[in-house]
Amino acid sequence: MFFQLLVSGFSFGSLYALVALAMVIIYKTSEVPNFGQGEMAMLSTFVAYTLLVTHNNSFVLSFVGSLFFAAILGVFLEFVFLRRAKDPNILSLILITLGFQMILYGLASWKWGAEQRDLPFPVSDFDVINLGPAVLSYLNIATLLITLVLMLILFLFFKYTKVGIAMKATQQNAMAARINGIRTNRILSITWAMSSVIGAVAGILLAPIATLDPNLMLEPLLKGFSAAVLGGMTTLVGAALGGYILGIIENLFGGYVSLEFKSIVAFGIIVLVLCFKPSGLFAKHYVRKV
Amino acid sequence: MADDSFFTIHNLSISFGGLLAVDNVGFDVSPGSIFSIIGPNGAGKTTIFNCISGLYSPDSGKIIFQGKNIIGLKPHKIARKGIARTFQNIELFSRMTTMENLMLGRHIHMKTGIWSGATFYRRGSKAAQEEIKHRERVENIIDLLDLQAARNQFVGGLPYGTQKLIELGRALALEPKILLLDEPSAGMNSEEKQDLIFWIKDIQDELGVTILLIEHDMKLIMDISDRILAINFGKPITEGTPAEIQKHPEVLKAYLGED
Repeated sequence: MFFQLLVSGFSFGSLYALVALAMVIIYKTSEVPNFGQGEMAMLSTFVAYTLLVTHNNSFVLSFVGSLFFAAILGVFLEFVFLRRAKDPNILSLILITLGFQMILYGLASWKWGAEQRDLPFPVSDFDVINLGPAVLSYLNIATLLITLVLMLILFLFFKYTKVGIAMKATQQNAMAARINGIRTNRILSITWAMSSVIGAVAGILLAPIATLDPNLMLEPLLKGFSAAVLGGMTTLVGAALGGYILGIIENLFGGYVSLEFKSIVAFGIIVLVLCFKPSGLFAKHYVRKV
Repeated sequence: MADDSFFTIHNLSISFGGLLAVDNVGFDVSPGSIFSIIGPNGAGKTTIFNCISGLYSPDSGKIIFQGKNIIGLKPHKIARKGIARTFQNIELFSRMTTMENLMLGRHIHMKTGIWSGATFYRRGSKAAQEEIKHRERVENIIDLLDLQAARNQFVGGLPYGTQKLIELGRALALEPKILLLDEPSAGMNSEEKQDLIFWIKDIQDELGVTILLIEHDMKLIMDISDRILAINFGKPITEGTPAEIQKHPEVLKAYLGED
């Protein structure tokens, strides 16, 4: 049983890790936790649903189409709303992202209604393979693989590509980045696009396990946020690890202690982390010079 | 107006909420020279630099670089034209190593796309060759400025003087045509200042870079400048060679007070 809980916790954890990554990518560039993240992912998942079910497209096309939509949505929100803010402070930017959350939630409720839907996923959640004492569904495996591939891509992107390195530079010192020829506004757009796409992947992987309605990402967002706080809001690796740790702890707690209080674990962890290591488990603590 | 001068500023003015920070300043810099701007604190020297590098947009005036007005261009565009700078209060990427900071100075010269950049492990690939080329450039700068010891250290923890040099190195990595140095010697001891004078001379002579300099150290200024502009309260007082400036009564008044 322990092994089973561990393995399925790992699979759930990878979804949290994706959401955490999506949040951290934006947080690192602008110090804004994007509370609209979940609803952006939910809307993109609905777009995948519409392409797939309503318009009878192939799964691959719908998947790619919805990621494309997610990228545009991210760029659009950043460009149209956040960039217009005059002399913004962090708090007002956070409020704008809360605004996104409400607008997008309303939009989805109006367009698709509150009825619960099922996103047909080509990989089954019921066919399983045996892995020693535990079983893993094909969907679990697909989730794990997709997440790992995505993380590998992100790693290569930030470590070796010109745009990725420019993004890191912008995070550390936007003015120095600008006078060295980096278009920081462009970088911000790319950040939002990437983050939105990662969130959309999480949404589409989650939809077959959960049910697709406007509340799809409500809880996963909070869990992903907790995971990011746990691992450290300033480190991509930390946020991803935070996601896995949270998924496993939560599952073990659900299995051994109490299934009803399983969801509370995430918030308990946030409180503990904020008490003992506010910068997160894996973040080096940098004191900002004023 | 057709203008074939290398770098000229005409009637530059900028005000911040009623305060005229720069008032009708103009000067001409000939290629390959060292041009210094002096003046008391708050005279508007750094503001002029910020206008040149596109961080501020002036209310009026022209900044002509190689025949084109660069006012209104975004900072990254101005960097791409070959204008690099350093800051009075060091602006480095503090959570990166010296090497990475200097490599970022190469940003405008990097052409590798996302795909080949992420898969450049293949030796001899175009991306790998480009990377090697950029690294050679940066190693040369590290040698020039004696930064070997700091190469792989995070710059945030390095001594102030070293950080100033790294910033200078990053500006050089951009291969600038004009280099703006904002108080490069601030916080350096006299030995470091001596080295700095040699390096600035080297940059001028060997790399052929035109240098605009803001400095408070009068000895340094008089040693290396070809021409000097003195300003006070945003207004130009006078412009001339170091010998002329040293004797000018208004400059003496601005620096030493009346009588």
